[in-house]
Amino acid sequence: MSYSNVLSFEEKVSMKLMQLFGSFGYKKFKMSKFEEYDLYIENKSFLKSENIIAFNDPTGKLLALKPDVTLSIAKNTAENETEPRKLFYAENVYRVSGNMHEFKEINQLGLEFRGEVDTYSLCEVLNIAKLSLKEISDSYVLDISHMGLLIGLLESTGLPYDIKEEISGYIGTKNSHEIQRVCRENSVDNELCSKITTLASLYGSINEIIPQAEKLIVNETTKNAVEELKTVCNTLKISGNADNINIDFSVVSDISYYNGITFRGFIENVPGSILSGGRYDNLLKKLGKNSGAVGFAVYMDMLSYLDKDVNRFDTDILLVYDKKVSAEKVFEKVNELKAEGNRVFASSVPCKNIKYKTKIVLGEE
Amino acid sequence: MNKFINIALPKGRLGEKVYNLLEKIGYGCPAVLENSRKLVFEDEKNRVRYFWVKPSDVAIYVETGVADVGVVGKDILLEQNPDVYELLDLGFGKCRMAVAGKKGEKLPLDKTVKVATKFPNIAKKYFTSKSREIDIIKLNGSIELAPILGMSDVIVDIVETGSTLKENDLEVYEDIVNISARFIANKTGFRFKTKEIELMKSTLEKEIYND
Repeated sequence: MSYSNVLSFEEKVSMKLMQLFGSFGYKKFKMSKFEEYDLYIENKSFLKSENIIAFNDPTGKLLALKPDVTLSIAKNTAENETEPRKLFYAENVYRVSGNMHEFKEINQLGLEFRGEVDTYSLCEVLNIAKLSLKEISDSYVLDISHMGLLIGLLESTGLPYDIKEEISGYIGTKNSHEIQRVCRENSVDNELCSKITTLASLYGSINEIIPQAEKLIVNETTKNAVEELKTVCNTLKISGNADNINIDFSVVSDISYYNGITFRGFIENVPGSILSGGRYDNLLKKLGKNSGAVGFAVYMDMLSYLDKDVNRFDTDILLVYDKKVSAEKVFEKVNELKAEGNRVFASSVPCKNIKYKTKIVLGEE
Repeated sequence: MNKFINIALPKGRLGEKVYNLLEKIGYGCPAVLENSRKLVFEDEKNRVRYFWVKPSDVAIYVETGVADVGVVGKDILLEQNPDVYELLDLGFGKCRMAVAGKKGEKLPLDKTVKVATKFPNIAKKYFTSKSREIDIIKLNGSIELAPILGMSDVIVDIVETGSTLKENDLEVYEDIVNISARFIANKTGFRFKTKEIELMKSTLEKEIYND
């Protein structure tokens, strides 16, 4: 039997993605709904918002409803793990979102690789991210960035932390005029300033952007970043996985947690990124784990922008039976229609509020 | 064939100025300036679709992706902090955000400052950066009345020429930030209409800064 007309768009995508993750050997990880509150306080800046639903457990310990999954998985990594772990999860997280700033339950599907991140593992995660977007829609883009370029360029300005943060924010909004203003006010030299504005505005395919990114090298950090980006992009290109992939350095994530490659996925007509991920060895280091990590999450709630099928039928067949017809007869008819692949709503009352394709009346013979 | 660009324009003088500029550089849609109650205008040839919206709503239209690009004052961007790209400073619609109060007086130092404003987030951020505690009184218009009637100590508002302040016997105490019109784009729209939006941005930039 097909589930196609029973499941919602979100549920269908969810099944397809889990199937996809599983096919690369990733295993589902089920975690508790609650987490110790302290974990989030210690890693406040990793979370997008500071609002957390907290409550006491029966012993008085302060717990929180998970606002994030990555931290929980990272916490559960053994300190010196030698073998790689490949996990995926489908969990609800609780965050403040939307214009009204209310708590929302958000369904997140994600994937995490834990262990030594070599070129293959990195490309594998990128490829799965790309295939995930493709499962959702054919009109998709995966944007790749490398934090090293941003970190390296900001490093070489020698500016204090808060001004670097400000510039990094402007890079995130491709705001070249404000970058120029801040650079001017803090007497950053012109060449470096123009490199930072270029970083913010570069956008395009691997072939277009890589040569331009090479011109932005100013120190060791930026050099390594471009090298790694090149290796990854070449691998993706050679293995035929580089279509719909763009490079965009305005994909900025928190520097204290993310290092290396970061990426975002976009679907046409969905405002904002639906997929977000990257390499976050720094987070694990902060939690005292000696391991590399890369992963991403898909924000399933954003799929509502694509689900335009509002006129869905409640049922295929409305079977209205006369009260005098025996229950056995109704059963027989229902089974017969169901066997043909229909959804059947049987009722002795001719329901007006049900949307059906066909109505069948079962009367006395 | 180029893709259609959806443009949100703020109703009023600023929006009309921006439209005239866009028309000049090849994004005309003659129906826009007709006096009608219509809100959506389309030009098949130039591949543009214009919406007139309330100035403070432009950023929302762009953030939700209904409009791919829009023009909005920096004041609105600072206040609402929408998740959009700010691609270009158009260099006009210039004014400043300032703290003002009764002429001859000063910002009180020894108490919680009562601030009347249309821009609570900007006011809060500014005074927090100065380590000052404030009470915000959110108003939707005629902000100048608040200090005159003693409702607030100061106001945080847009100052263009300063003549409104002067007429009401008020003056600027401190400048917060300079404001001008900005060209913004939706983050998803930018990725699927990259060529069209980048062209519009660079043509605008040339027209404004190379004249």
